[in-house]
Amino acid sequence: MTEDQVKDIILEIIAEIAPDEDLSDVKPDVRLRDQLDLDSMDFLDIVMELRKQHGIEVPEADYPELASLDSCAAYLTPKFKTQAA
Amino acid sequence: MSVSQDSYDVVIIGAGMSGMAAAIRLGMYGHSVLLLERHTAPGGLNSFYRLDGYSFDVGLHALTNYVPEGVRGTPLGKIFRQLRIPRDAFDLSPQLRSCIRFPGLELGFTNEFEYFRTEVVQAFPAEKERFDRFVQFVRDYHAVNLDPDSSSAREEIAKHLKDPLLIEMLMCPLMYYGSAREEDMDFGQFVVLFQAIFLEGFARPFEGVRKIIKVLLKRVKEVGVERRMGLGVTSLVSAGGGISSIELDDGSVIQAKHVVSTIGAVETEHLVEGFPENSHDKRVGQLSFTEAIAVTKQNPRELGFEDTIVFFNDSDRFDYRRPDDLIDYRSGVICVPNNYDYADGQDLKNGILRVTSQANYDLWKALPDADYKQAKEVGFERLMETAVRMTPGVDLEALTESIEYRDMFSPTTITRYTGHYQGAVYGAPKKIKDGSTAYKNLYLCGTDQGFLGIVGAMLSGISIVNYHILKG
Repeated sequence: MTEDQVKDIILEIIAEIAPDEDLSDVKPDVRLRDQLDLDSMDFLDIVMELRKQHGIEVPEADYPELASLDSCAAYLTPKFKTQAA
Repeated sequence: MSVSQDSYDVVIIGAGMSGMAAAIRLGMYGHSVLLLERHTAPGGLNSFYRLDGYSFDVGLHALTNYVPEGVRGTPLGKIFRQLRIPRDAFDLSPQLRSCIRFPGLELGFTNEFEYFRTEVVQAFPAEKERFDRFVQFVRDYHAVNLDPDSSSAREEIAKHLKDPLLIEMLMCPLMYYGSAREEDMDFGQFVVLFQAIFLEGFARPFEGVRKIIKVLLKRVKEVGVERRMGLGVTSLVSAGGGISSIELDDGSVIQAKHVVSTIGAVETEHLVEGFPENSHDKRVGQLSFTEAIAVTKQNPRELGFEDTIVFFNDSDRFDYRRPDDLIDYRSGVICVPNNYDYADGQDLKNGILRVTSQANYDLWKALPDADYKQAKEVGFERLMETAVRMTPGVDLEALTESIEYRDMFSPTTITRYTGHYQGAVYGAPKKIKDGSTAYKNLYLCGTDQGFLGIVGAMLSGISIVNYHILKG
């Protein structure tokens, strides 16, 4: 699993929970909240979908790691790799 | 045994708007959920029924919080997202125009806030700048959270606006559409309702509330929730600071890791601690309503009822409290479900006129059967007369002539079908915003949690299970 694949997974999840958002031009280094209309309920759902679809656990203390696509990739890629191993 | 398992992750008491929304969230994320409803119809305080071939809605005059597609960050959008329901599923049509009508003065409002602002500024020119600043204050106020709130709306508004009549006119619709407190409301609740009614707006599905219920039930089923109708909870057994088992009306006993109750705070407490002989608990809300529903041959618009919803009061001072008589005819709400901008210019099969006023539960409850029937007859006639008195250009004889069917509900009807004590549709005055109870695995959502309206109720179910169960 590469960082780019992880970013795609996150975008797929956002597309599912927020179908009214335009995801064609999401900047990876900008906070998701600053470019999309996402609130804490939506972030909870990103976490819930990661657990449900991919078996990845994100403890509440680590929610800030999901701020941007880049930070998601940095934080989640090792978790995906551990899981695949 | 009437339920399929003897143990669930979560048991939800009540298949109203909040219970259905809570069930969907939990089912979506793999919890085994049992959703129980004692009544045979779902919807709780917002339900529907049929009588002699006519369809009636209970509760819902309008879905508040309506915003057109593309408006972001509002409660309605959160509901669609959190429940994974497509935006068009509720088939919402916007209102035409509503108003607040006091003697000699009317403030109209539509789903465009600027319309209302202009009406306010024209009627109260001296309040223009103060009103604009107040609206900005309301817009910036973060009200939808789970923190406790018992502030006074009247005290807070008095800091911003001067004209007492304007204050009364603003309070009237907001209190009618959600205040569980007499004469005042929590300022947070005021803000939520001001946004829901004035800054956002009214809409209605062509089919009425059953459309919303159908959509929710479909999702409930899709996510694997087990739903049982006509089956309530008789008692909750506590042990070690939590709920250890649940006894159902059919005598069976089940277990659950979590219990979510939508039936009200005191009502839930009584499930655990037993029902006292006299349930006049001081914490129970005192406000209840009666509603006269007339089915008319003509569209009510043709009779002169042109607005979608009219909040009326016949003096400059608005009283919102349990009346000393069966019904308080001095103020009320007139709702015409025909007056929505339905797609393709469709109109409902029948004309419907609904007139709602405050009513006294204890007085209705004390009536012997024959007197109760008589009181409903008299109440219906007088509510129709009131609607005519408060609507310029309507002729009582023409209205009476046009009525082909009628129904009426009283505060005791509400208790009979929803179990809410004292017919208190808005529940207890003191809200428990975080939904916690004295028992560690028992949570409240719905009316006594305190988010308002149908959208608020769904948001309540969602927020409470997110906070207490899904996040954990």
